[in-house]
Amino acid sequence: MSQHDVEVPGNADDTSPAPQVRAEALDSAGVHDQHAAAPGRTPLDAAVVAAPEVVSNSFGEYVRAWAKRVRSGESGVLPVLGGLVAIIVIFQVQEPVFLSAGNLINLLVQGAVFMLLGMGEVFALLLGEIDLSIGYVAGVGAVIVAAVVAYPHSWPWWAGIAAGLAATTAIGALQGALITRLHLPSFVVTLAGLLGWEGVMIFIVDSSGSGSGGTIRISNNILNDVVNGNMSPIAGWILMALVVGLFASFTVFRDSRRRAGGLVTPPVGAMLLKIIIVAAAGIVLVVLANTNRGVLVPLRGVPWVVPLLLGVLGLWSFLLGRTRYGRYVYAIGGNPEAARRAGVNLTRIRTVAFALSGLTAGLAGIVYESRLGSISINIDGGTLVLYAVAAAVIGGTSLFGGRGKPLHAVLGGLVIAVIYNGLGLLGVGAATEYIATALVLLAAVTVDAVARRGRTLGTS
Amino acid sequence: MSSGQPLSETVVLAEGNVEPLLRLRGVGKSFGPVQALTDVDLTVPLGQVTALAGDNGAGKSVLIKTVAGIHPPDAGQIYWQGNPVHIRSPRDAAALGIETVYQDLALCDNLDIVQNMFLGRERLRRGLLDEDSMEKAAKDTLLSLSVTTVRSIRQPVASLSGGQRQAVAVAKAALWTSKLVIMDEPTAALGVAATGMVLDLVRHLAAQGVAVLVISHNLNDVFAVADRLAILHLGHMVAEGPASDFDRQIVVDFMTTGRSSRRSGDGLVDGVGRSGG
Ligand SMILES: Nc1ncnc2c1ncn2[C@@H]1O[C@H](COP(=O)(O)OP(=O)(O)O)[C@@H](O)[C@H]1O
Ligand SMILES: [Mg+2]
Repeated sequence: MSQHDVEVPGNADDTSPAPQVRAEALDSAGVHDQHAAAPGRTPLDAAVVAAPEVVSNSFGEYVRAWAKRVRSGESGVLPVLGGLVAIIVIFQVQEPVFLSAGNLINLLVQGAVFMLLGMGEVFALLLGEIDLSIGYVAGVGAVIVAAVVAYPHSWPWWAGIAAGLAATTAIGALQGALITRLHLPSFVVTLAGLLGWEGVMIFIVDSSGSGSGGTIRISNNILNDVVNGNMSPIAGWILMALVVGLFASFTVFRDSRRRAGGLVTPPVGAMLLKIIIVAAAGIVLVVLANTNRGVLVPLRGVPWVVPLLLGVLGLWSFLLGRTRYGRYVYAIGGNPEAARRAGVNLTRIRTVAFALSGLTAGLAGIVYESRLGSISINIDGGTLVLYAVAAAVIGGTSLFGGRGKPLHAVLGGLVIAVIYNGLGLLGVGAATEYIATALVLLAAVTVDAVARRGRTLGTS
Repeated sequence: MSSGQPLSETVVLAEGNVEPLLRLRGVGKSFGPVQALTDVDLTVPLGQVTALAGDNGAGKSVLIKTVAGIHPPDAGQIYWQGNPVHIRSPRDAAALGIETVYQDLALCDNLDIVQNMFLGRERLRRGLLDEDSMEKAAKDTLLSLSVTTVRSIRQPVASLSGGQRQAVAVAKAALWTSKLVIMDEPTAALGVAATGMVLDLVRHLAAQGVAVLVISHNLNDVFAVADRLAILHLGHMVAEGPASDFDRQIVVDFMTTGRSSRRSGDGLVDGVGRSGG
């Protein structure tokens, strides 16, 4: 009568101390329970930190709920947007060139690498893990693309990109498998990656025969144009109209359908405000990009890296927000044991997340080498990954798992690019640059930790 | 996800006995050196509330986790409607029609109420999450259970009070048509009003023909809802039988010492004193 099936599938994901801790938290929460459950008392009074769109019916209520949420630390993208405006004002006062069309577009292009790496990092952070390797994973991807496209291999550009992205995705999957199957901490595995992939990158450059002095030049026009090429002004307007139009019609369609069905819907005013902000940002961007920013020869148009960024942002937001896979990423980040009991395959979800982090890093590597027109073994993957984590966290992604969006990495990457670019214009040098970025990161992590404490207290 | 068979389905054995929905025979489970369960028998019939009592650390939570597919037993056999089954994962349990409300509730703080209620069983439309239909179904279930104190079912579970979280966890189990609902200490963290609501819900489920297995060491709750009682002591099942065979003193004796000098009825002797030796 003995049972053969004694092994627990996925049992290794069992974090046994955690449930005890949570049960205790619940017990202490029970002390206050009678108040909260008392009739006639709305939970909004009891320090609710819900998103404003879910607890309000009118625009005024929406604004009040929003303010309440910001005060309790659960603030979404508001602090980063506010911080961004503040930093921009400071730089503009100090250095009037800062807000010129040429500099702003330059800044955007500088920030693209941070944004992409940050979007890769979001996958790890959402799970409550970290990926320290993506800087050099991007480097490996970049040298593979550059090496196979350059003489003597001379592959077509698309084959080079495919090879580079396949390699970085495989690297991410390998690290993910080590983390999930052998139960190694992601911190340690990806720290090893930080060292190891730099070695692999140098090895590829040395043995490819494509480079000289540790540098491979990018002579392919299409690869160079990812960053250095511009869309025609008219194409920029069409792209903008398309993106804003799709966003607006999707939002309006979804909201009216949900409102008709009696489901939770943000007020019309909030919806319109969101659409107006997106449209305004799009128009400003295209106007700036279509201004002639050339010095000797005319130079205008939206850089090709912008649609690339928008595409990655849209794709990853869609994956995380609208598919089962994304839902499980958030669930694992929130409570891995609950996800396991719900039948979620933690090993697979986590491994795929690290693979997607690697894939996104590969794209960042291509943008990096495209901007410079070459790739060198001196790429500083260590600093890049710190900027990636900083971008995600500054934008509002939690280091503690379960909270964050790809959009956060884009906004946070923009903040870093503004600091980097602004301090560069002021000519303050690398020392101040590093210190300023470090302070912004510290501020962001503090906001995250305080918000987390607020949430924990909010449940009791 | 469970089949649409009538809830009162039973299997009649050759001798004419009615086979219970769930039967455990000689179930054992150890975690390394810790023997959490030893040779446990348990019967859970349809349409009745079975209360599982026992002191802290008696093994109540481990026992229900063997049925829920969290910790498959390493000895013994589980019978479902008379057939031996191997419940290896929470999905296996759900496929049989077993829903579990865990002691720690197993909710994701960062997800909202709807997302928690459908976790692991999301509805899809053209491959994408069908938020509208999930939200409607969750809303209907909460209303049918008279859970009306939450401001919005789209607020994250982190923003709920202890009682509201318990209500969400119970509603999550009630959302699925199931044959067996297991609740681990559902009232431990609740005030008087919320406790009454959960106990009403337990009776409501049993009246619908569902088998309910409730863990509690609150004797008021046990005697308020239970049709049958089972008492664990240090991993041994020391007593099992109809609730009418027990009174408070007997239950306390079994819970604290594993034996009782008094007996009130014949149905009770099953396993008496086994843990003593
Ligand atoms: N995952 C686990 N790993 C090791 N020991 C465990 C685990 N779960 C429970 N135990 C042990 O099994 C025994 C019974 O625990 P439990 O079933 O939680 O008691 P209770 O009856 O209070 O619910 C305790 O000694 C506990 O420490
Ligand atoms: Mg327990």
